[in-house]
Amino acid sequence: MAKIIIDEIRCKGCGLCTVACPGKLLSLTEKINLQGYTPATITCQDKCTGCALCAEMCPDVAITVFK
Amino acid sequence: MQQVFKRPVSLKDVQTHFCPGCHHGTIHRLVAEAMDEYDVQKRTIGVASVGCSVFLYGYFDIDVVEAPHGRAPAVATGVKRARPDSFVFTYQGDGDLAAIGTAEIIHAANRGEDITVIFVNNTTYGMTGGQMAPTTLVGQKTSTSPYGRNQHKDGAPIRMAELLAQLEGVAFSARVAVNSPKNLIDAKRQIKKAFRYQVEGKGFSFIEALSACPTNWGMNALAANERVGSEMADYFRLGVYKNTENL
Repeated sequence: MAKIIIDEIRCKGCGLCTVACPGKLLSLTEKINLQGYTPATITCQDKCTGCALCAEMCPDVAITVFK
Repeated sequence: MQQVFKRPVSLKDVQTHFCPGCHHGTIHRLVAEAMDEYDVQKRTIGVASVGCSVFLYGYFDIDVVEAPHGRAPAVATGVKRARPDSFVFTYQGDGDLAAIGTAEIIHAANRGEDITVIFVNNTTYGMTGGQMAPTTLVGQKTSTSPYGRNQHKDGAPIRMAELLAQLEGVAFSARVAVNSPKNLIDAKRQIKKAFRYQVEGKGFSFIEALSACPTNWGMNALAANERVGSEMADYFRLGVYKNTENL
């Protein structure tokens, strides 16, 4: 059981995490955050293995991973 | 549940000014992780350059000196000689290190100063509006080469990691990229190794990190990230060019 938390205010919606995730569990949302970007979100938290590749790739250190 | 990924202690918990998809943020984090690894945060003096990396003092929880354009290795030399116990690194872009500061980097490297240089190569002058840099790839369109870089007129891009590896004073020289998890993990290892050279007093260490600049390349973040792994890594080959101590 793993869990990731994406800081929606920090996220700049670059999408690098979406291609880094081996399970393709991340996608960008439609809603706009305080910075004016569309932040990433996890579509299926249950399938997350906590590999932390999304967090490693995130240039804004907006992802925290728990395992 | 245990936290398996967290922000390094040396990196301040603040929002960066970097554009979406810019690799500066990732490289900042890797440098901060290396500082945490060797527990040098309290005695580190960073030397910032001019460019997008200018706000180093805002993002790292360390002491930072702001050097004039290109002169970071010269300033770092002074800092290290005056305070030999401190850990000194410079963080420079390609417009700063490979153009304006070519003399400073070559002579600091040749003297074998006991400092670490992090060189972020994004093939353009990022902050000033995407002008052509010495590292701009042949054919690449920039605001000062609207028809693409012409090799006959402007020369071929400079490969700094290979160039500096030839100098006697250089102990470690490597080129890394952070565009994919695989490259990023290797980059992390090489940055830590470069820091170890200085921690152990083994001489000048140099890291060239390839970075995307989506804004000035006129691409979205994912396309720019892709370009680093294809077009850029094709010319600027990743690898270790000098490793004198085999750490």
